[in-house]
Amino acid sequence: MSESAANGSLLEVESLSKFFDGVPAVEDVSFEVRRSETLGIVGESGSGKTTLVRAILRAIDPDRGIVRFNSSTGWVELQDMTPKELIPLRREMQMIFQDPFASLNPRMTVREILEEPLIIHRVGSATQRLEAVRDMLAHVQLEEDSLTRYPHAFSGGQRQRIGIARALILRPNLVVCDESVSALDVSVQAQIINLLEELQNELGLTYLFVAHDLSVVQHICDRVLVMHRGRVVESGTVDEIFETPKEPYTRLLLSAVPSPDPDVPLKPLDRSELGL
Amino acid sequence: MTDTVLKVRDLAVDFKTDLGTTHALVDVGFDMPRGKVTAIVGESGSGKSVTANCIMRLIQPPGRIVAGTIDFSPVRMDPFEITSLGKRDPRLQELRGGLISMVFQEPMTALSPVYTVGNQVAEAILCHRKVGRKQAWQEAAEMLERVGIDDIDRRIRMYPFEFSGGMRQRVVIAMALVCHPEVLICDEPTTALDVTIQAEILTLIRDLQKELSNSVLFITHDIGVVAQLADQVVVMYQGRVLEIGTVRQVLKTPMHPYTRGLLAAIPGLAPKGVPLATIASVVGDADIEKPYPLITLRDGRQVSLPRDQVQGAVA
Ligand SMILES: Nc1ncnc2c1ncn2[C@@H]1O[C@H](COP(=O)(O)OP(=O)(O)OP(=O)(O)O)[C@@H](O)[C@H]1O
Ligand SMILES: Nc1ncnc2c1ncn2[C@@H]1O[C@H](COP(=O)(O)OP(=O)(O)OP(=O)(O)O)[C@@H](O)[C@H]1O
Ligand SMILES: [Mg+2]
Ligand SMILES: [Mg+2]
Repeated sequence: MSESAANGSLLEVESLSKFFDGVPAVEDVSFEVRRSETLGIVGESGSGKTTLVRAILRAIDPDRGIVRFNSSTGWVELQDMTPKELIPLRREMQMIFQDPFASLNPRMTVREILEEPLIIHRVGSATQRLEAVRDMLAHVQLEEDSLTRYPHAFSGGQRQRIGIARALILRPNLVVCDESVSALDVSVQAQIINLLEELQNELGLTYLFVAHDLSVVQHICDRVLVMHRGRVVESGTVDEIFETPKEPYTRLLLSAVPSPDPDVPLKPLDRSELGL
Repeated sequence: MTDTVLKVRDLAVDFKTDLGTTHALVDVGFDMPRGKVTAIVGESGSGKSVTANCIMRLIQPPGRIVAGTIDFSPVRMDPFEITSLGKRDPRLQELRGGLISMVFQEPMTALSPVYTVGNQVAEAILCHRKVGRKQAWQEAAEMLERVGIDDIDRRIRMYPFEFSGGMRQRVVIAMALVCHPEVLICDEPTTALDVTIQAEILTLIRDLQKELSNSVLFITHDIGVVAQLADQVVVMYQGRVLEIGTVRQVLKTPMHPYTRGLLAAIPGLAPKGVPLATIASVVGDADIEKPYPLITLRDGRQVSLPRDQVQGAVA
């Protein structure tokens, strides 16, 4: 066990790389995540955020590097595990997807969608499962009568709440949120963020939080990784990144956030410092 | 000709499902001033997209427009009412292709994977305007350059999948603009984009709108985007309009408790470790479920509140 593990780290990533057709999408990325913290991953489209989290969860196979996960049965290295070995671990690591439309089966009712993970992992009796489904539905503020409806009958934001309920129903340790609240309006977003934080406090959840909305990241994250072209260009506590960003790339990202004050105009982005 | 390009009145839309009827829109009314940007904000399910789809006449069964009118006063044609157009009315074709264009949230739904970018933009021109093939390609190239696609000679022959998300959205905006629409409807066009591309697309839409002085209906739930783009803001909740005003009126001195809640819920304003304000927490005991007709106040804004609550401010 490494030294940091004693301090309660849940995940350690070392020199992780992933190539597509010889082109690096993620290159030499290292970081660790402590239990019950929220680590933000920010960066422009194509910077490798999704590839990074998918390689960690073994949704895709990394090409190089080590991913250590502190599971309920001790430390394991995920990068070389077979699909079969990964099955019991899936319960402990869940992902809330970027695209609520693609991640929900259109032919299943909400009840079936939420119950499926419990059935796959053989959790509880039929009555207990329905109880868990109802409970989760209430947590994400959906009406009870949603149970018998199909995804198409919901608006975009409502569908994302179903996706979040599905991911959280197994009560995982590590939850990867890939743009999970990006499609939600502020009111639902605030509820979901509060819900994610509540569940974190209650259950000691650890979040890897990928988002392009920096104000959300600033609110929810403890530490932040800034990615650019597959590499981590800057990392630090949320205050370091937002108050005293060191890298020009981080400053560019921060300057792109539109102010909610109509008298603070958005300035054209200046990429010259980056030589882009 | 009035300086109101679209006048929406008493619009009501129902969706009939096995479980009963959803009243997606209830008495929606607002004016879109010509040459300005009107933003519709509101939470998920409040009826923003349904409102836009009514204007484009894209409501499909089980949905139905059950009441209301949308008066459209284009510059290029005589005014007409949109909801009563017959399916074969040639004005419907004019409306969808030429007079009003729509940009959706997900650019790939608007683009075909099997045609080059140039082909699709040129085809949009050929479909809706009487110009030759050569001129269509010429104009397509010009518009693509205008929306910020560089290296155009090479890129015009590329396929959408070879473009990044931000570049695709630029192509969709170019496709919408080549028809010279009098009204551009953008339904959350930047929600799926990262913050830098969003900033560039917003600057682009703002600059093109100033240059072409068309009218824009911009749907978003991002208050930052509203603040940067909109002249006028329409706040919707559960299929109703709760407040209409200038961007400064609505964002700086919101009147309706729901609007106040919407603004309070923006993350980044709340201190860390404190739960975000939700709309429910700000609205508190105020009854926002009960519909009140919009009242016009002295400063020009409209708000859906009981008359006795706004007595002093009524026009
Ligand atoms: N299956 C794939 N095949 C080939 N290239 C891929 C594949 N998946 C991702 N890439 C490439 O890897 C790079 C990183 O993509 P990734 O999706 O991880 O970015 P991201 O930071 O999540 O972007 P976004 O904010 O748009 O979601 C991009 O250049 C992308 O084109
Ligand atoms: N095809 C449909 N079938 C049944 N109900 C529908 C359908 N389309 C929309 N609705 C209902 O109409 C209402 C308004 O939906 P709309 O899509 O306009 O919301 P929105 O404000 O655009 O939300 P979002 O921000 O999530 O896109 C919602 O209650 C929704 O459930
Ligand atoms: Mg991604
Ligand atoms: Mg919508």
